[in-house]
Amino acid sequence: MKYLERRVIHGLLLLIGVSILCFALSAAAPGNFFDEMKLNPQISPSTVAGLRARYGFDQPLVWRYGHWVESVLRGEWGYSFAYNCPVRSLLLVRARNTLILTGLATLLAWLIAVPLGVWTANRRGRWDDRLSMASTSLLLSVPELVIALVLLYWAVRIHTLPVGGMASVDFGGLGVQAKLFDLALHLVVPVTTLVLASLPLLVRHIRASMIEVLQAPFVQAARAHGIGGARLLFRYALPAAANPLSSLLGLSVGALLSGSLLVEVITGWPGLGPLLLDAALARDIYVVVGAVMASTLFMIFGGILADILLVAVDPRVRLGKV
Amino acid sequence: MRIEETARHALKPALAKAAGLSKRYVQRAPFSYKSFVIDALVDVEFDIAPASLTALVGESGSGKSTLARCLAMLEKADRGEIWFEGKEVSRSSDRELKALRPKIQMVFQDSAGALNPGFTAAQIIAEPLEVQRRESGARLHSRACELMEEVGLSPNWADRRPLEFSGGQRQRLAIARAIALKPAFLILDESVSGLDLSTQAQILNLLLDLQKAHSLTYLLISHDLGLVGQIADFVAVMQQGKIVEQGPRREVFANPRHHHTRELLASVRLLRSNFRTAQAGGR
Amino acid sequence: MTCAHSSCASALLRIHGLTVRYAASQEQSSPALVGVEFDIRRGETVGILGESGSGKSTLALSILGLLPVSTNITGSMLFENKDLLQFDESAWGTVRGTRIAMIFQDPGLSLSPVMRVGDQIAEVLRAHRPGPRKVRKQQVEAILRDVGLSQGDRIYGAYPHQLSGGELHRVAIAQALSCRPDVVIADEPTQSLDATRQAEILDVLREVNRKFGCAIIFITHNPALLAGFADRVIVMYAGRIVEEGPVPQVFRQPLHPYTKGLLQLVPASLQDPDRTRGQHLPALPGSLSHSDRSTRGCIFESRCFARTELCQSESPREVVPEEGRRVSCFNYEN
Ligand SMILES: Nc1ncnc2c1ncn2[C@@H]1O[C@H](COP(=O)(O)OP(=O)(O)OP(=O)(O)O)[C@@H](O)[C@H]1O
Ligand SMILES: Nc1ncnc2c1ncn2[C@@H]1O[C@H](COP(=O)(O)OP(=O)(O)OP(=O)(O)O)[C@@H](O)[C@H]1O
Ligand code: SF4
Ligand SMILES: [Mg+2]
Ligand SMILES: [Mg+2]
Repeated sequence: MKYLERRVIHGLLLLIGVSILCFALSAAAPGNFFDEMKLNPQISPSTVAGLRARYGFDQPLVWRYGHWVESVLRGEWGYSFAYNCPVRSLLLVRARNTLILTGLATLLAWLIAVPLGVWTANRRGRWDDRLSMASTSLLLSVPELVIALVLLYWAVRIHTLPVGGMASVDFGGLGVQAKLFDLALHLVVPVTTLVLASLPLLVRHIRASMIEVLQAPFVQAARAHGIGGARLLFRYALPAAANPLSSLLGLSVGALLSGSLLVEVITGWPGLGPLLLDAALARDIYVVVGAVMASTLFMIFGGILADILLVAVDPRVRLGKV
Repeated sequence: MRIEETARHALKPALAKAAGLSKRYVQRAPFSYKSFVIDALVDVEFDIAPASLTALVGESGSGKSTLARCLAMLEKADRGEIWFEGKEVSRSSDRELKALRPKIQMVFQDSAGALNPGFTAAQIIAEPLEVQRRESGARLHSRACELMEEVGLSPNWADRRPLEFSGGQRQRLAIARAIALKPAFLILDESVSGLDLSTQAQILNLLLDLQKAHSLTYLLISHDLGLVGQIADFVAVMQQGKIVEQGPRREVFANPRHHHTRELLASVRLLRSNFRTAQAGGR
Repeated sequence: MTCAHSSCASALLRIHGLTVRYAASQEQSSPALVGVEFDIRRGETVGILGESGSGKSTLALSILGLLPVSTNITGSMLFENKDLLQFDESAWGTVRGTRIAMIFQDPGLSLSPVMRVGDQIAEVLRAHRPGPRKVRKQQVEAILRDVGLSQGDRIYGAYPHQLSGGELHRVAIAQALSCRPDVVIADEPTQSLDATRQAEILDVLREVNRKFGCAIIFITHNPALLAGFADRVIVMYAGRIVEEGPVPQVFRQPLHPYTKGLLQLVPASLQDPDRTRGQHLPALPGSLSHSDRSTRGCIFESRCFARTELCQSESPREVVPEEGRRVSCFNYEN
């Protein structure tokens, strides 16, 4: 499993790099949380100075970074000035919500894209393939923002779907089943947006890899032995395409995640997206760093998950060949 | 005259040498903790004289390809030493290996699988030349075409991809690629076994000429004892991961000591005599 | 001349005027097969001999309808009087693997790298002989033993890259024989096997031939293998059949200059003690060049020791010098 170990180490290095970059950028950006406080006439300049000193803003950046790392190790992830609490408690809930959204969207997108990509590859050049290619290129040209707005408009019109948030007002009083149903209703608009936005690229990539594999001599040989139809496509060809597809899975998790930050803001899903936006506007820098780190972590996990999948499917990787 | 030559070879230090080489594969069985242990190489002692053609024969699965891969340093043995040009190289650093690679080339048994299906024939042949910066630009392409011609492929096919060639043509493509660098040590793993006798002879004649001009050393893995009997200087016989017999070709053929060698020779003789009887008109 | 045999009517497979032209990348391509005709009767063993690149594999692939879609194919191929060229996917499903099976020349290419080889054989059984999984596994291990792979369970669970060249080849053979087809096309099935194993495989093929009456088309470059094995031999050169006849007759008295040359190349003795180092091996003079392919005359003309002036300007017709034989060479016309 050397391969996976290497991936984990790469992931850790990436996390460290991202955190350093975040700190550097936050220092380079003009202003901080306390500058805005100074403008507030109700807070005396000495209070602000005291707060500054308390959070180490009179110290050099490196010191602050060290301080932050220490707090990460303690499990606090820094302190939010705006919410007045450790960042961790904020992050946990928001990250969970984002995970629900992107996890579901990834799952759905792949569940639709794989059969569609495989099928259209097999029907290459026929009417159904053309139809699918045309509709994916149409979808590809529409930005996520527009998709989300159209869906929101539609949700408002039909009245049965909630618009915004992830739970109804009376959520607390509901039974388990009703709770899940309520959650599902709230998920419809953001998840659909994300799936529609990521589907075209996925389908096209899967189709392209499958077309390549379908021309491989061993697929020809399987045909010669009388193996055809779905069996040929899914038992022979698809696993052989696992290598390019697993890196696609890693990429798609990243793309869905970054897409979801935007979609969350538009559809009011209480995930990392709105948190990040608010914190950035308020210069609540530890929250910004924390949210970015959480997103990075998801992306790394997505990549590692894809690798584990690849190792499970492709013996050449598992046995250290290739 | 032959004997003297052989004796002269024996005096020279080996170009490549394996000492106490062992390799074990462990293959896990699906859905169980059982696993199979395959001793592909067991304490192999093997010398390859410089500027000679050594043939490695033996039954299927006896470890010939594994030994070849180890000698070409494409696979690490579990134990033992590999010497090349008088130096122990089995634990070389990546940098040392990089310097060695162009001197040792191997044409794989599964040659088709080793050719990039997306490259054209010319690109495949030119790749090692380009990587080693031996040629560039237009010279590169014309050299690739020359090499194609030498192995009996029409240069008109330079833009074809490997899968658009016949099986034997692909083998020749792989050979052309391997001789492009005129490697001091060339390993041919069943590389001419897919060729008809005439094409096979043409390729081997080309290799013999190259050998004469540049004193190249060949290791020819082949199951075809008829062919080995024609061209090899030395013969080594493998069985179950061990070299069971090794010596000058004439001695091994005239006077096989190990029963496995005798068995192999008997099978070939039988096949041959069937053919001779048919030619003579009998049934 | 459609058929050199009296028993045409009972042909299981009948190839007529088969011409195949690959849509090769750029060059103006010459056809890989030109007007190929022959019959295969039930239970017959036919060897196909020919130079590398002479179109043997192309012939095999065209019989199974596996040539790339861009290939231009004309002629007809009747299997039990149904034209294979008109088959659609579902019709092929009832023929490939069960009625006509193929042992591929390059087992490294023809097996999936990501499936255990045992499963790949089992898949063939599954496609044609539905039955419980357990039974299938036992069947597969039995077939593996038949082709000389005694460690059935290890081989079953191995991926192609974990097997040696010869082991892989035998897996490919097992795969083709698994459903006891009526015709087996064996494309160089013993290419990577030592002589002992070669004999074993020939025995296996002989046995399926005798027990199940399965016809065998044995493609090889090694004439010695055909002696005592094949009933008939077809000799190909540059995509054409240049000679055909029963193995004993052809080997005793080859007619076409190409066949003569080819058979002479089989060395007389197992080893040649008098050869000096570096001495060239005997080969046919020259090679098939591009201009030969477009010539109006005989395709073998530039390499032929028996050529006459006529050979340059006209191409020879096929003649039947004696019952059951045919040859395309001016030397035997009238
Ligand atoms: N990667 C691997 N994992 C497990 N077993 C292996 C692996 N590679 C080779 N083997 C096994 O090791 C043995 C020796 O293999 P090798 O390829 O060296 O044989 P060979 O002498 O070249 O045979 P052949 O003439 O059939 O090519 C075989 O039994 C093979 O199954
Ligand atoms: N897919 C393809 N596209 C274009 N040309 C091809 C293709 N496959 C084969 N050819 C050409 O057709 C000719 C016949 O090839 P074929 O594979 O039938 O030869 P073969 O008799 O099987 O030779 P070998 O003994 O080397 O396997 C060769 O010249 C080859 O280059
Ligand atoms: S027709 Fe002429 S050139 Fe062709 S094989 Fe016969 S003698 Fe030779
Ligand atoms: Mg081998
Ligand atoms: Mg072939």
